[in-house]
Parts: sequence; structure tokens; C-alpha cells
Amino acid sequence: MTDTPLLKVSGVSKFYGSRIGCKDVSFELWPGEVLAIVGESGSGKTTLLNCLSTRLMPTTGSVEYRMRDGNFRDLYHMSEAERRFLMRTDWGFVHQNPADGLRMTVSAGANVGERLMAVGDRHYGKIRETASDWLTRVEIGTDRIDDQPRAFSGGMRQRLQIARNLVTGPRLVFMDEPTGGLDVSVQARLLDLVRGLVNDLGLSAIVVTHDLAVARLLSHRMMVMKDGHVIEHGLTDRVLDDPREPYTQLLVSSILQV
Amino acid sequence: MATPLVVSEVFKSFTMHLRDGIKLPVVNDVSFSVASGECVVLGGPSGIGKSSILKMLYGNYAVDAGQILVDHKDRLVDIARADPRTVLDVRRHTLGYVSQFLRTVPRVSALDVVAEPLVARGIAAAEARDKAAELLAQLNLPQELWALPPATFSGGEQQRVNIARGFITSHRILLLDEPTASLDATNRRVVVDMIADKKREGVALLGIFHDEEVREAVADRVLDVSQFSPRKAVAA
Repeated sequence: MTDTPLLKVSGVSKFYGSRIGCKDVSFELWPGEVLAIVGESGSGKTTLLNCLSTRLMPTTGSVEYRMRDGNFRDLYHMSEAERRFLMRTDWGFVHQNPADGLRMTVSAGANVGERLMAVGDRHYGKIRETASDWLTRVEIGTDRIDDQPRAFSGGMRQRLQIARNLVTGPRLVFMDEPTGGLDVSVQARLLDLVRGLVNDLGLSAIVVTHDLAVARLLSHRMMVMKDGHVIEHGLTDRVLDDPREPYTQLLVSSILQV
Repeated sequence: MATPLVVSEVFKSFTMHLRDGIKLPVVNDVSFSVASGECVVLGGPSGIGKSSILKMLYGNYAVDAGQILVDHKDRLVDIARADPRTVLDVRRHTLGYVSQFLRTVPRVSALDVVAEPLVARGIAAAEARDKAAELLAQLNLPQELWALPPATFSGGEQQRVNIARGFITSHRILLLDEPTASLDATNRRVVVDMIADKKREGVALLGIFHDEEVREAVADRVLDVSQFSPRKAVAA
């Protein structure tokens, strides 16, 4: 067990005018830990995710990240250039809609290779080799390396987006409904893939989902949000097996049994 | 003799907010301990709270009051109050659990399901798979099933995968929730032998066994859970 968290979040709130996006959220994320944020639409999950990942400036509060040199930096006291560099190298962001995270009109290989070039790789042969290796890891045939994601199915696009994000060896990955919009058989394949990669690479991840089965499978720890507030927070097994709050009990009891 | 598990004055109830906040008491004032090399069996009729006790010890259920002390890496951890990260570390290194049902993961082979707890402790995948294969062979799971995901296995086959997964590590404490419920006589005997081996290795075991023959064979003592039941007072 390492003794330093990777991310320290304290008192993060976001207001849209007088409406609450998310209110007074604090937690720490540790290396190798997967945190799920669950709740219904409009509960503030995505607002919180965006505030944590520098995509949306919180109204108050601080988010500190432990850089590779071991020092904590407040994300909102960095320069825009530093934040962008972090996003492109040490972090990944997997969007619900792959089109938001991919460049749809360049080849699959270039989509993966682009992130490598951002960290300074210049050798074309090596970049292509790494890209092709990553396509294999996310189960996309290497014969598709020169095809554009426009020509890919939804599941393939999502796997390509994951490869693009993981190729630089990030330490922290944000995922916004990574399996939303995919049919169940494709979901299972993607979940299994993500689960394997997270374990193998020792990644930390924050996953926003409304699907409690996804949270059970992927996460160690879970936060339940309602009306912008974190109403329950704990070990994933505990929150799902013994939910304490009325709203969490409602969520858990609403799962359909197959 | 070392006592790696001490449960002291534990209370547990469920509050059903969707049913007008009705409060269901589960167990009151649970206190016992399990020593190294000992197998304690939780006894009593269905619904008395045996599985709930195991789930509290493993951190799946919250505890209203009391302590669950586990000797973890030479310090005492109170599972009732530990943060999720500590509970996960205790599970990884000290506290094992064989549940009644296997939670299957799509596409992961039986062999990898069994090997996973070792891999999580940093053991090389090949070595972990060898050990997993050994256990599955010992439990008579046909070899042609090893590479398949257990989702389509029969109840008894899934349970053997589950047992192998629980027994593969050398955790100091092992919780067993009816591990032999859907096994045939041959495999029940294998599990009885495996439990005896764990005892010799100094593992503290706490289990639920409805099968009398198995219970007789493994139990050093039976702890009657009815004494902790809040319903006892009503019945008397």
C-alpha cells in the first residue's frame, strides 16, 4: 500500500447560476484504485467528473494531483499549457461518445500515434509498431490500422478510444459512461477489456456510470450522487450489498434481475 | 496460540427506507474469536444471521456497533471502522472468503478466475496459473473446462471454481459460506481434506456448513448464532 494519494479533492462545488451542479465534494484517490460515481441523470456526476479533469472550472474548492516528480500541484493553479500537457500524457479521458474523443477522419493508427507524438516520439516506424500493438490489445485487427474510425462499429470505436488514451501509459483515466450506448454483448467485451487493462497497468480510474453492474465489476469504491451531493460513499461491495441511504436503496432495489 | 480474528459486541440491523423506515434487527451483541489452526462453525437455523455475520466480517455489510479486529500485517485492523482501501488490503493479504455463489465475469476463464487472487498479490501469472491448475485438478474439475468462462458451468462446477479461488492464497483467515452445498460426496471429501490442510497450516477458519457430515469432520467447535438473535427475546 503506498501512502500518498494520487488525487486530492477538497470542497469542490460547481454552481450554474443559482443551480447546484455539484456541492462540496471531497475525497482522495489512491494509486491503482478505481472509483465509480453513480447516480441518475442530472445528479451531477458528469459535472463532477469535468471539474476533476480540468474540463470545467469549479466555482470553489481545490483539486491537487501528484505529478510524476512526487509534488502535488493544484490543477487550477497551473497554466493552460501545463494542463493540456497533463491531459495528453499522464491522463486519459474516455468519452461516452467515441466521436468526442477520436479524430474521425484520420486513420486508427494515427489516432493512437498522435498521443505518442505528444510525448515526443518521432520515429514513424516505432509509432506505427506501438499503435499496431495497442490495436491488438483492444482486439482490433491490425489490418484495420489505416482505416478511419468512421468505418468502425460503435464497439470498435470505443475500444479505439481506449487504446488512444492508454498508449502513453497514463496514471489516471477518467471515463464518462464508457459502456453507454453499446449493446450488451459489446458492453461485456469492453468491460472485460477495461478491467484487464486497469489491473495489468495498475491504473487509477474515475468512472461515471448509471449502471450499477458496471460499477460492481470495475470499481473498488463507489460514490452515490443525488441533486449534486455525494449522499453515500464506501467500498463498492458494501454500498451495493448494504445500502444505507434511502436513495441508494431505491437505486439498488431497482436493478432488474435477469 | 495466536488469535487473528476477534469479534466483539457487534450489533447489526437493516433500516428499510423504502418500507417506511422499518428496522429489521439482524444480530445483537455478537462476540467470539477464532484462533489459528481452528475451524469454528456458525450453527443455527436459516435466517438467524449466519451469512450476515460473514458478510460483516468481509466488509460487505456495515456494522451498527462493535468491533471486528483482524490481525493484518502485524497490526490490528477494525473492519467495522476501516476505510475501503484498508478493507481491500486486508482482503488481498489476510482475509479470504468463499461465497455461496460465484460472481462470474464475462470472458474470463475459470483458470484465470482462480489465479486472480495470487496475481493481485504480485505473483507472476504463469506461476499463479500453475497453482490454479493444481487446485482445479484436486477438485476434479474436468480439464476441458479450465479455459472456459464459468458462467455456463453447473452449480457444483461453479462452486468448485469458487473454492479453488478462495483456497489458492495463504490468507491467515478464511471465511466459508456453505462451500460444499452443491457438491457430490467425492468432492465434499476433497474440500474436507483441503480444510484440514488449512488448519495444519495455522489458518483460522470460520464457516457455515449445513451438511452434518462435513460439519462433524471439520468443526473444532460450533457457535450457536441463535444466542445473538434479537428474535430470541421475543420467542422466550
